[in-house]
Amino acid sequence: MALTFKAGLHLQEHKEATQGESIKRLPPPKEVTIPLLQHLGAPAKAIVEPKAEVILGEKIGEPQGFVSAAVHASISGVVRAVRELPAPPAGRRVASIIIERKEIEEQPDFKSSVVTLDKLTPEDIRAAVAEAGIVGLGGAAFPSQVKLSPPEEKPVDTVILNGCECEPYLTCDHRLMLERPEEALFGLKAIMRAVEAPRAFIGIENNKPDAIQVMQKICQEEENIDVAVLKTKYPQGGEKMLIEAVLARRVPLGGLPMDVGALVHNVGTAVAIAECLTSGKPLMERVITVVGSGVREPANVLVPIGTPLRDVIESCGGLSDTAAQVILGGPMMGFAQAALDTPVVKGTCGILVLERDEVLPFEETPCIRCGRCVDVCPVFVVPSDLARFAKAADIGRLMEYDVMNCCECGCCAYVCPARIPLVHLLRLGKQLVQTAAKKS
Amino acid sequence: MTAETEELAEQRLLEIRTSPHIRSPLATPQVMRGVLIALIPASAASIYFFRIQALLLILTSVVACMGVEALCQFLLKRPISVGDGSAAVTGLLLALVLPPGLPLYYVALGAAFAIIIGKQIFGGLGYNIFNPALIARAFLMAAFPGRLTTWLEPFTLKVVGSVDAITKATPLALMKFYSEPTPLKNLFFGNVAGSLGETCALALIIGAAFLLIKGYMDWRIPLSYLGIVFILSALIWKFAPGSGSPLFHLLSGGLLLGALFMATDPVTSPVTKTGRWLFGIGAGLLVIIIRNWGGLPEGVMYSILLMNAVTPLINRLTKPKPFGAAK
Repeated sequence: MALTFKAGLHLQEHKEATQGESIKRLPPPKEVTIPLLQHLGAPAKAIVEPKAEVILGEKIGEPQGFVSAAVHASISGVVRAVRELPAPPAGRRVASIIIERKEIEEQPDFKSSVVTLDKLTPEDIRAAVAEAGIVGLGGAAFPSQVKLSPPEEKPVDTVILNGCECEPYLTCDHRLMLERPEEALFGLKAIMRAVEAPRAFIGIENNKPDAIQVMQKICQEEENIDVAVLKTKYPQGGEKMLIEAVLARRVPLGGLPMDVGALVHNVGTAVAIAECLTSGKPLMERVITVVGSGVREPANVLVPIGTPLRDVIESCGGLSDTAAQVILGGPMMGFAQAALDTPVVKGTCGILVLERDEVLPFEETPCIRCGRCVDVCPVFVVPSDLARFAKAADIGRLMEYDVMNCCECGCCAYVCPARIPLVHLLRLGKQLVQTAAKKS
Repeated sequence: MTAETEELAEQRLLEIRTSPHIRSPLATPQVMRGVLIALIPASAASIYFFRIQALLLILTSVVACMGVEALCQFLLKRPISVGDGSAAVTGLLLALVLPPGLPLYYVALGAAFAIIIGKQIFGGLGYNIFNPALIARAFLMAAFPGRLTTWLEPFTLKVVGSVDAITKATPLALMKFYSEPTPLKNLFFGNVAGSLGETCALALIIGAAFLLIKGYMDWRIPLSYLGIVFILSALIWKFAPGSGSPLFHLLSGGLLLGALFMATDPVTSPVTKTGRWLFGIGAGLLVIIIRNWGGLPEGVMYSILLMNAVTPLINRLTKPKPFGAAK
């Protein structure tokens, strides 16, 4: 019996196009644009000047404060400029470092060596992860070393490695589990060691039987690590949903996973942590799925952070003639992009290109109060009411109806027969509440 | 190649939308169309039993509802949305809850009331409190009680508009006032006196099955509504055999039409699952009370309208506890 959570949606998966495509490494682009804020928290501070020469993997941005992350050069070359540019996912202007590629003889090779975890202290692991600028690669991009530093009064007893990949179209985590299971496991063990958790699960949806098999096999020797097979249902990969399904624990309202002794990390993050520990390689590249009917040759690619979307799409055969919408991430929570010179960042798990006739029209009609949004909401809010309160800027009611609990998964807007942009309105509602809270 | 993609990107503006970027194919017009399709068997049965009068009544009601809706929207300078099918559904439902012999101008009047007072005054689709078809029937009932309680024996209507047909009491009235039971077979197939669409249980069940299979309707209200009526009428029947068997209560009057097609109107029923259970239970209780102890033989209409009235309250009381809230 596969584990699951309450409510949610069964979506058409669209994973056929790329789930069989092994990860291929893209050649370094001519130029990369590396935003200093690719994570949640404070932006990093540039530590290189224009015209400076940088080599692959060199730190170019220093974290500012605890909740921040370092950034590194993803190609060797010359810093052309440091200036504010719109950064993904939402196009906010962020100071970014532009590096022009230049062949430099001495390149670090980041050869991995055998590392014994027992010889590393939790502090060593946290320091290495912070130095490598690792953030959550599932999309939220929360600095990993912060998650690896639970306060003493909230011990973590179980780590869950998130291999759900519940968004349609995306298959990069699936491929990582198939192609680099040892590293994923090593990363998971490092996470367990860092937070001193005695137990771990690897959560995988049952639409990836091959990945389940591979991970089960590799965990055979591990007494305290098991694969948790989950029902394929959106948004199973959401942190709260995953913890509920695997551990039958509910993260309290407004709380964090550590409040129930759990810690969730994405498969890609675990691989990045393994890499930084065994070879000292910082987070300067990532695997993304390039997919959708608007891309000629869908693929899973390993790209240097900062590569413009244009270059990535080019190496996947380019856009089709009817391509009309470019989305960073999956179709449920991804962000539509206005320009193709947007760079790939740490939190980019996919580039989804939709064709003209797949782009949703604007066609909002009156709410018929059918309650479908309420039925599917995995965090049990009433989206139809919240949307109404958001439109009326009724902050009291927004708070009374727990708008802040909304995880923006998109289930409500997906099922709405009246085509009301519910996620958009709930985001607006959250913003209203936050602004009001700041004022008072 | 790079130049080509660049050119492509520049030629057309990339589309910007907020997430999610995919949607369920089910939209409001499809739901409305689904309800219309689901009512075809009941409409066909009514035409079979009450002949051309039934057809004319249905046409009048549907056309009047759609026309009045378009007119209202035009006058109020709202977008004309007759195409969404909601006015047609109201029109069809209104026709199906009226007595077959009702003159057509009463029908048109009812239709106008349904749309203007039942719907547009509140702000149009989605904002009304009461089911428009039922509120219109309640209005006609209050205004013309005699006309609204004159029922015809099936197959006896010869000339349109004449009163030459044989009038007959409904099965519920026969039971209540004359203690005369009606064979269940007649109730199931519809060969009894009653409103246009309520007589043939079979047709209604077929239509509802379609809605359930298509996912256009939630099963909680019909199940709780019919379930409560069944259980309570069985209990009462045990002590007062003259009150009618549970199956009799299920199949007679407007219960099936009401429970399957009126109480399930999304706009006027609760948005929460718990709320839908409560709605069905409340409506079922009211039907039993009215049928057994009220002055009227039938109580489906008022049961639903009363529950419509408390739906906002039910929504408020059954607001789901958010994920992770303290128990």
